[in-house]
Amino acid sequence: MNGAIAIARREFKTFFTSPIAYIVLGGFLLLAGWLFFGTLFLAGQASLRGFFGLSPILFVVLVPAITMRALAEERKSGTLELLLTLPVPDWQVTAGKFLAALGMVAVGLVCTIPYAISVAALTGPGPAFDWGPVVAGYLGLLLLASAFIALGLWGSALSKNQIVGFVVGLALCFGFSFIDNFALLLPDALGQVLQFLSVDYHFENIARGVIDTRDLIFYASLTAAGLLLTTQTLAAARGTEGSPS
Amino acid sequence: MTSSMIQIEGLVKRYGTTEALKGLSFDVPRGQVVGFLGPNGAGKSTTMRILAGSLKPTAGKAKVAGIDVVEDPVEARRRIGYLPENNPLYEDMMVAEYLRYVADVRGLSPAERKPRLTRAVEACGLTTVLGKDIGQLSRGFRQRVGLAQAILHEPDLLILDEPTAGLDPNQIVEIRHLIRELGREKTVILSTHILPEVQSTCSRVLIITDGKLVADDTPEHLTAAAEGGGVLHVVLAARHGQLLELSKVKGLLAGMPGVTGVDEAESDGPGTLGFRVRFSGDDVRRTLFEVCVQNDLALLEVRRTQVSLEDTFRKLTTDARRAA
Repeated sequence: MNGAIAIARREFKTFFTSPIAYIVLGGFLLLAGWLFFGTLFLAGQASLRGFFGLSPILFVVLVPAITMRALAEERKSGTLELLLTLPVPDWQVTAGKFLAALGMVAVGLVCTIPYAISVAALTGPGPAFDWGPVVAGYLGLLLLASAFIALGLWGSALSKNQIVGFVVGLALCFGFSFIDNFALLLPDALGQVLQFLSVDYHFENIARGVIDTRDLIFYASLTAAGLLLTTQTLAAARGTEGSPS
Repeated sequence: MTSSMIQIEGLVKRYGTTEALKGLSFDVPRGQVVGFLGPNGAGKSTTMRILAGSLKPTAGKAKVAGIDVVEDPVEARRRIGYLPENNPLYEDMMVAEYLRYVADVRGLSPAERKPRLTRAVEACGLTTVLGKDIGQLSRGFRQRVGLAQAILHEPDLLILDEPTAGLDPNQIVEIRHLIRELGREKTVILSTHILPEVQSTCSRVLIITDGKLVADDTPEHLTAAAEGGGVLHVVLAARHGQLLELSKVKGLLAGMPGVTGVDEAESDGPGTLGFRVRFSGDDVRRTLFEVCVQNDLALLEVRRTQVSLEDTFRKLTTDARRAA
């Protein structure tokens, strides 16, 4: 695991040397904060439901923006060549990149904790603020982000172009978020399958405070699938990388 | 333990329909500094990438210190230090930061990390630039960072793909010196198409063309084997102002024993004739003098040129191509 951790540490640091991290984090906090406090005062409800309803949609765009350069940049600059000759198995390279991106998302989420605290503070003296759904919501967001990161990494592994990485990641995240939108129009059985594939559906379950193993298994398998595809794409790069010279 | 550092057997690499390596085989014992020569596209980088582990061969075997690079890739990669062509580096990292990163990914233990970092930094003369961003470094320093990264873990085998490409003459001399130093303790394989580099740093030369080995010898032997004798540049004039007949003089030179060919070359102006006389075996200058005296010719200039490795290289690589 040493290799993966070292790779993750380097990757995490480079996020903050490029403007992308600040744009993504700033954008997330600003949008989430604006929409959240907007609904909070309009609806006059001391809950984080607005925030948790919104974040999955923001993640569809923001997570691919975090992962887009992870492998594409290494390919473009040629450093992948060196990375592939270091004594670490391919899965550790993937794991390192994954952990770094997850760390980034975690930083963003930690920055939103003040929202939760201010909501708790605004709660009237009567019933105590219920932290259960908040904790569950954060857990759900992390799980959802994991799945998106794994998909985004695969997009980034596919080409040396960051934009391609972003678009593929965005398309996959978008697809898995809104796949159940037409479920009502479809036959029941098919609709249920689509609903099960929906990242949003499982998130809503968790955000309600019900932690069901089915939801956990769904996120774990989607994340694993993305990471496996990424690792496989890396391994395939060994067969073709570079031109004969 | 085998004494071979590199064993390559029937190595084939196909990119789509092009065959970059067509059954390459060679063996390098521990401790040699090997120059890997060939024209562009001959398969040098492909071979080095396979050895370094970033590329999988289509067929054949490649072993580093007895470890198969396909069967046990991670273990094989532990044994090598690799400087890729163009030396890709993370531009936004500081030199010290980058070297620490490589040490971490290589899994050096905390005890060995510090002394090895210090040694690599000192060996490559990086002490003054440790705090600089890699992106700001000159090419010479970048190359040193690439080398430091490659020797950090004290590998058995150093694989250097065109280590002096793009450097200025001073930097080239420095890097060559560094490689020679490293070659005292390690096995080194370096690719280049700068021939003096091979003559000054390597104890053995492998020449490949079109994915096949065409020569394997010491630089000295290859130079000598190319054409035995050598080439004489000769400029002649008439001793008493008589008219010189080109074909007759050429015939006289060609008739000398040991001469394998005579070509016209630059003369010294009107009334003089210039020739390139190729010969094999013993020196023909003495005979040349006798011939001139007997035929009333004045010998204005005789210059002997050694066959360089460059000639050998061109001969071997073009012959192989013609045969194919």
